[in-house]
This record gives sequence, structure tokens and C-alpha cells, in this order.
Amino acid sequence: MALELSEPRPLGKPIRRKEDARLIRGQGRYLDDIVLPGMLHLALVRSPYAHARIRRIDVQRAAALPGVHLVLTGQDLAAAGLAWMPTLAGDRQMVLAVDKVLFQYQEVAAVVAESRALAEDAAALVEVDYEPLPAVVDPYRALEPGSPILREDRDPPSNRIFHWEAGDRAATEAALARSAVVVRETVRMPRVHPAPLEPCGCIADYQRATGRLTWYVTSQAPHAHRTVLAMVAGIPEHKIRVVSPDVGGGFGNKVPVFPGYVAAIVAAMRLNRPVKWVETRTENLTSTNFARDYHMTVEIGADADGKVTALKVSTIADHGAFDAAADPTRFPAGLFSIVTGSYDFPVAFAEVDGVYTNKAPGGVAYRCSFRVTEASFLIERAMQSLALRLGMDPVALRLKNFIPPEKFPYHSPLGWTYDSGNYRATLERAMERIGYAALRQEQAERRARGELMGIGVSTFTEIVGAGPSHTFDILGIKMFDSCELRVHPTGKVLARLGTRHQGQGHETTFAQVIAEELGLTADDVLVEEGDTDTAPYGLGTYASRSTPTAGAAAAVAARRVRDKARRIAAHLLEVAEDDVEWDGTRFHPAGTPARGVTMAEVALAAYTNPPPGMEPGLEGTVYYDPPNLTFPNGAYLCVVDIDKGTSQVHVRRFVAVDDCGTVINPMVVEGQIHGGLTEGFAIAFLQEIAFDEQGNCLAPNFMEYLVPTAVETPQWETDRTVTPSPHHPIGAKGVGESPNVGSPAAFVNAVIDALAPLGVTHLDIPLYPWKIWEVLHERGVAE
Amino acid sequence: MFPAPFGYVRAESLDEALAVLAREGPGAKILAGGQSLLPMMKLRIAEPALLVDIHRLPALTGWQETAEGLTLGAVVRHSQLERAEALQEFYPLLGRTARWIADPLVRNRGTVAGSLAHADPAGDWGAALLALGASVTLRSLTRTRELPLDAFLVDIFTTALEPDEVLTAIRIPKPAGRPFGTYLKLERKVGDFAVVGVAVNVVLDARHTVVEAGIGLAGVGPRALRAPAAEAALIGHPLESGGIREAAALAAEAADPVSDRRGSRAYKRNVVRVFVERGLKALADESRPEVGVTA
Repeated sequence: MALELSEPRPLGKPIRRKEDARLIRGQGRYLDDIVLPGMLHLALVRSPYAHARIRRIDVQRAAALPGVHLVLTGQDLAAAGLAWMPTLAGDRQMVLAVDKVLFQYQEVAAVVAESRALAEDAAALVEVDYEPLPAVVDPYRALEPGSPILREDRDPPSNRIFHWEAGDRAATEAALARSAVVVRETVRMPRVHPAPLEPCGCIADYQRATGRLTWYVTSQAPHAHRTVLAMVAGIPEHKIRVVSPDVGGGFGNKVPVFPGYVAAIVAAMRLNRPVKWVETRTENLTSTNFARDYHMTVEIGADADGKVTALKVSTIADHGAFDAAADPTRFPAGLFSIVTGSYDFPVAFAEVDGVYTNKAPGGVAYRCSFRVTEASFLIERAMQSLALRLGMDPVALRLKNFIPPEKFPYHSPLGWTYDSGNYRATLERAMERIGYAALRQEQAERRARGELMGIGVSTFTEIVGAGPSHTFDILGIKMFDSCELRVHPTGKVLARLGTRHQGQGHETTFAQVIAEELGLTADDVLVEEGDTDTAPYGLGTYASRSTPTAGAAAAVAARRVRDKARRIAAHLLEVAEDDVEWDGTRFHPAGTPARGVTMAEVALAAYTNPPPGMEPGLEGTVYYDPPNLTFPNGAYLCVVDIDKGTSQVHVRRFVAVDDCGTVINPMVVEGQIHGGLTEGFAIAFLQEIAFDEQGNCLAPNFMEYLVPTAVETPQWETDRTVTPSPHHPIGAKGVGESPNVGSPAAFVNAVIDALAPLGVTHLDIPLYPWKIWEVLHERGVAE
Repeated sequence: MFPAPFGYVRAESLDEALAVLAREGPGAKILAGGQSLLPMMKLRIAEPALLVDIHRLPALTGWQETAEGLTLGAVVRHSQLERAEALQEFYPLLGRTARWIADPLVRNRGTVAGSLAHADPAGDWGAALLALGASVTLRSLTRTRELPLDAFLVDIFTTALEPDEVLTAIRIPKPAGRPFGTYLKLERKVGDFAVVGVAVNVVLDARHTVVEAGIGLAGVGPRALRAPAAEAALIGHPLESGGIREAAALAAEAADPVSDRRGSRAYKRNVVRVFVERGLKALADESRPEVGVTA
């Protein structure tokens, strides 16, 4: 039951979300709701080929259409030095194609017209003469000698983008050689797309008279976008204002800068008119950043009674035509080295090779702290395979190998220091909730009747909250985040943060954090994000980093304000500062609780009656550099039944027990878990951005890229354990991504568990029914 | 996502619509519910020069039930059949099919006749109306003709409809006994086109013998298919497990699916068999409600 915003001491309570009232009534203000006077509309011409040389582009017919103001090609941009732009991953990407195209739907020309419909009509009149080239779709083929070199701009010419590794290769290989059991599995996490309901878009509004660019954009990281823009476009940074209005979901899709953005800005500057570009659903799915596409091979070793000995992972990462990931600069494979998961491996080694192919560029961290989903999926699948090989219950195998609570802070063999966790307690809570022992009994009975029932386990550890300045930066900018608090004379608070929520509930949860520290209610605190002219600098909202970074900044800023308030309270109460006590809502003299002052009374005094010598006002600004990341974790259990006739999988139950440390708002956390589990379900069973051999995208719309509705979404059962982060000011960890990170393996492990008696140890996702039927048919057990 | 420029006429009468079609030729397209045509126009897969909107013509709305059967007007919407309780006694398959189509938004606007004229091989109505032995009325300015649905459906997105014709009505013969019908659909998610759709319809006489049988298949051929051999195998027998299994196997043979991302040819064929068997078993159970309920 939700509580009202007027609830006192709001931290940890299910306060009703402030943003819901406007968002669910259609009163949000999204990018496409913004209409500026004189605004023009941009549409892009895109390549029908995955790989082709451009012989000629003829824009005459398009430019001649009445109402068309501008047609831009790569040649036009090249003349201004803007044909290419840097990616956040340190690569570069074509804005509009010059000489050749490298993926189907690549941006080739931009048309600006009086209306969007007219722009699309004109775009259809741009004539491009292509000479098709052989497409390289398979990343393994891309690495073969003699494969066509895709990026002719790179030196030396190679389809390999990077090689990255962590851990001790020699020690790991030696430990595997000594191990009683070694299981090897090749696990693919296919290309998927975050597919937020609101696609990406922007309005560029350049005022020639002032030289000022106001850029409205669907951005998860408005400050980072401002800085990148200053670097790319050469506009002084103080003359750029980035405004990210209400954002309809991001999931990592709205972190990078896209060619359509640059084209809109160039057009606005040339035409001195505001220019809007909003992508279509097809443009979103085919060009603005996919996720995953990791081809992973794992070897996991154990001794005969199931104690793990070593983990070795080799991965081919398909980045498409440009490495347009948004990983922290030192981590080309993101935080993939969390791949040892929740288990106490003595030694491990992981390596990743990034590869160019003729596919859309990426890949972003889709509801994922930079490749953590891939890592978690791999280790949890590997644990399932190991349990099968050992003939052990997958729960027993995990209990045997968990990092024990007394080992925290735990130093992983791949270099991380886990802050806290109690994995056994979390798993045991999940087993109790689902009735694990009884389910295994039921499964044995059903198996005896020839029925297919499976129980899946995933006990994952995440790594979120990038990040500490000693390790994390994007293009040199450290990954701190910030909060600026102003307490007004009447005790109401304006809080501005460097993050930008897209549905996470910051307007409520950060208000709860601040209100708790100041003895106010969430209603008293207005949270504002997304306008770089007003918000303090921060790196934005993705990778579950907002609560670990900006949330921490909010708590610390509020404590600074409270420290000053205490001095003012001493003045008002006419006692020494050391004699002032704070009871959570009021300051009072020690031992005299009846005679107190509230924060509102202190705030008024800060502006009307400050202590002699004290600077007036009541404000606090904090740039928070986290000392470590946070390591949320969870235990997910899933029960499936498989129809032997159609091979459809029915998810009968799914219990998710999450541990994200201190919970700010349990209702918001539960909402996050539901959303992420639904996405994980889709990834396991429905979704893939697939390509044919010519590089044609086979899922360019929601007819083929399947987003689950309430009808197919299973019923989620959630619970939690609380193991606070020792280094976060309120003990909180990030949580938004845990369900997407942890759940795919639970679904797949459940299906494999159901099929294990048939000798099945692995199937690639998505687990379409026909894939399962082929197995059942081959084994002669299909209905 | 904007269509190419097009013209629009809202016909005030059927004759006006027919006159416009006769005048404009193949560039004109009939607009009824628009649930297939408009998305195709927005994707610029279809670029008709002129839309002739018939969806408000009173002559084409609603249905008539007579001793001979049921006649559905051309702009009867999916949702009307989904909720038409009066049709459940003699035409139970209609409501049971309608509920599987797309989503409530599409069902509220899309029309049954439009779906047939669109002739998507995975469309649900083709299969269901074949199972019901339906025919269609086609009118132009100069003639009216009636075609069995089996002759109307030609190939993928192709029908016998001439550019100057409008599909004005769908006729379903009245069952010669007690009808039982159901629709089974394998879809990847709700709102998806059928991976496999199976309509089964049987009419039983007083002695529980099958006197009419219809089996229609969606998604497993270049058009909706009938399974005549399977239908014939059911007629003259009670609805029992041996006959059901035989009919299911024959229906699977009638299917002619292709392998694609929704499954292999063998998989889809097997689903046809499984669905025909499950559907007929369900109808058999339904036709014997008294069995097993004696105290």
C-alpha cells in the first residue's frame, strides 16, 4: 500500500511516486511534445545495403521539392570537418556516409523541410547509386585472414577493434589442467535492443544573434552530451544548453550521440531555424544502438566434490560498424570481469576481442552496468552446466561455492573488491519462498510421467555505481556525480542533480533521501534534473549508477545543510552547539525534547536571523566521488512447464529475492524489479536483432522484434534481503539493472533443467518454441 | 512514418464507391477498418493514389441471420463478432476466432471482410471462414458475383477481387445440426500473426454423428487452406479419439508451410496435427457435457 508524500521520516517507505500523477495522465513533456516557433523537421535517408560503395548521390529532386530547406550529405559535412564524430568508446563514427556504407540503415543524407511528412517525401527523392560489396555478418568470419576490411579509415587495417584481458592466464590454465572436472560451453548472448517506448530525438535551437545553442534531447547524460558537443562542434561549452525533458525510457539507448543529432544541429546552425529530428521505431531498432552480441566460450573447473577451481573465458564482441559503446574509457569490454560472479574462484582469466561487422554500431549497456549482463549470464549458465556434469543440485553447487559473508570486502581474482553480500541468506530466502524441496519432489513425479518441468537458478552479483575517479572516466571526465541543495526560507527544498531519470523515480526517491536527512517530507523537496544550465555537472543516469553516486551526493549535501542548520538551531535555542540534539525531525537542547525547532524554523532564521558572523542562506553542494562500486546481488528461482506438442514454455513461477542494501522506496524497487524481469524474460524467450547473410536486419519493427505485453509476462514474486553497502552514505546500492542482469540465466537454466534428462546441456537464446521442438523431436519425445 | 501523398474520398453510397473504383482503376483502394492498409502505407509498402472510404456505409454494416444462414456486411468489425452472443448458438467459431485477432484496438476498428480481402496467409479469418464453408459477394458497378471463399483466396496477398470490385458481404451457411467450433492459435506474443492457426468446426446430428466438418489452416501455406481429406474422414462418424487422430494426421498433410524464423516446416506441420487433435477433442468434450457429471 502506497503512502502519501506527506509521510514523515520517508526513507525506506513506499511513498507514492511524484512523477506518476503527470506521466500517467499524459501530462508529461517529452521531446516530441516540444514545438518551437519556426521549427523545421529533419528526416534521414538510409542505406538499403549492409556494405556498399557510394558512387553518386543526387539530391536535386529532393532539394527542388517546395518546402524543403536543406539537403545534407556526407560530402557537405566533410567540408565542415563533421563527416565523422567521436564515439564515447574512443572510436569514430560516420555522421553521414562518405564513400561507403557499412551497415543497412546507415545514415546517408539528411533532408530538412517544413513538416516531417514533407521531409520524408523529399528523402524518398534522394537518389543514391550504390555498388554493393560483400557483407561481413559473422564476427568470427570478420577475424579470418582474407576477410574484407570494413574500416578502411583505420590503421593498421583490421577488423579487430581491441583485445582486452584480465586475470592470470597461465595460472588459470594450470588450475584447469589440474581440475578433476572441466566443463566447456559456448554461450551466445544475441544482439538485442533496449527499445524504449519513446525513441531518440532532439531539437536543435541555435540563435545566431547570441551564438547560443539550446539542444533539447532525449538524453540520459545531458552534461556528458554538452561536453561532447563542445568538442565535436566547436561551440564554446558555456554557449551550449542541453535540456533533457521527460524521457520515456532509456535503458542505455539514450547515452550515446547519434548521427541524427549532429545533422539536426548542423542544419539548425545553417538555417538559423530550430530543427527537430525524432527517429521512427524502425530507425531506433536498426540504427541507434543495440546491446549484447557477445559470443562467449567458458571453461569452468572443479574438484570432484564440486568446489570450483578456475574460470577461463574467451569472448568475441560484435560491435558492428563502429565501436559506439559508452563504456568507461579504460574498459573496452565494460565490467565484464565481474564474470566470476558470486563464487569464490581461486583464479580466473577473461579476454575479449572487439570486432567490426557490417551491422549497426554499438553496443550499449542495456539496463546493464557495461557488459555485466553478459558476464552474469555466462557464469550462471556455466554453473548450471557444471552442476549437470557433477550430478549435483544446482542450488547445492552454489551454496558450496558462494563467497562467504566473512570474506567481505572480497577481492575477486579479476580485480574487484566486492563491498558486501550474504549470498547464502538471499538464496535460502528464495528457496523458502518458492518451496524448493517440494518442487524437486514434484518434478521427480512429473518426470516419471514423462512431463517436462524445470527449475532454474540464478544467483548473480552485479557491479554498479561507476565510478571511483581512480578507475573510471569517460574520455577523461571522471565519473562522479553531484547534488546541489537549496533550502528556501519556508523550509521547502530545491534539489538539483547531475543525473537524469527516465522512469527510475528520482523525483520521489531522492526527495526521500534528502527529506530523511533534513526532517522533512518528500513533498517538501523538489528534485530537478536534466537542464545543464541549472543542474550541477554529473555523468548521468545509466549503469545503475544514480543512487550510488548522485544519491550519495544528495545524502551528503543534506548532511552538510543539516550541519549548518544545527549551528543556527543552537543560536535559536540559545544553547551551545554541542548541546543541540537532532531527533530526526527537530533540533532540541539535550535533555529537553519539548523545546525544539524544526528545519523550517531554522531555514527561516537562515535568511532572517542568522547567528552573528554566519553567512546567510542554507545551501549545500556536493560532488561525490564514490570510494568503490556497489555490488547488489540476488537469488532468482524459476519454474517452467514445457508443452510437448507446441514446445511452448510456460513460466509457472518466478521468485526474485534481491539484495540492494538499504532500500529507499520498496515500491519503486519492486517496480524496477518487475520491469527488468519482464525485459529479461523477453531476452530469454522472444528477442533478437537478427540478420541474414547479406546483413539485412530481420527485426526492424515490433512485428518482428517482440516486446512482451501483460498477457505473456509471467507473475513475478519479489522479496529482499538487506546487506547495506559499507561505503555508501545510506548503505544503498544500485538496483535497476539487477533483474535484467540476473533473470535471463534463471529462465534458460529452468528450460535446460527440464530438458536435462534428454541429455540437453545448452540451447542458445532466444528460446523459441521451435528450437525446443527440434530437440524433443530428435529425441522422440515430442507429442 | 508518414505515407506517400494520397487522395481520399468518403463514399456516401456503395454505388458511389463502385463508380469511383470504376473511374480510378487499380490506383484506388478501398479503406474499411484500415488496420492492414494504413500500416503498409506508413511503411510505404503500399502507395495507393486514392483511398475510397466505405467504413460508414449503412448498407455494409451489421448482419442478417436467416433460415439459410448468416450474412455479414463488409464493415462488420472483429470486436462485434467477439461480443455477439446471439451468434453463439449457430456460429460459435466466429466469436472464438475473433478474440485471437491482434489486440482490442485493432479488433475495434478492423473488419472481417477487410481481413479476407487483404489475404494475409497467416490471417485468422481465412482459416475460420473456410472451416465454416463461407462464400463472398463481390460487386462492381456492372455486376455482382458470389464466390466460395476457397475460390476467392488465390495466393499470398492475392484474391480473385478485381480492381473495380468491392467485397460487400460474407455468407455462412446455416449448420444442419448442432455446431461446435473452436480456434487454436500459436503466436509468439499476443497480437502476433499466427505461426499456426487451426479452425475446427463440426456439426453433429441428434445421434452425435458428424454431419458437417470444416478444418481451416492459417500460416501454413501461401493462403489460408482447407483440409478436405481430414474433413471427409470425420463425416459419418461420432467424434472419437481414433477418428480425431486420423483427421489430425490428414490435416497435417494438407498443410504446406515454409521454414522461417517462426519455425521449420516440420515443426509447423506438427503443430497443425497437435492443434487439430486438441481442438477436436475439446469439441468432443463440449458435445458431451453430461459425461462424468453424474453423482
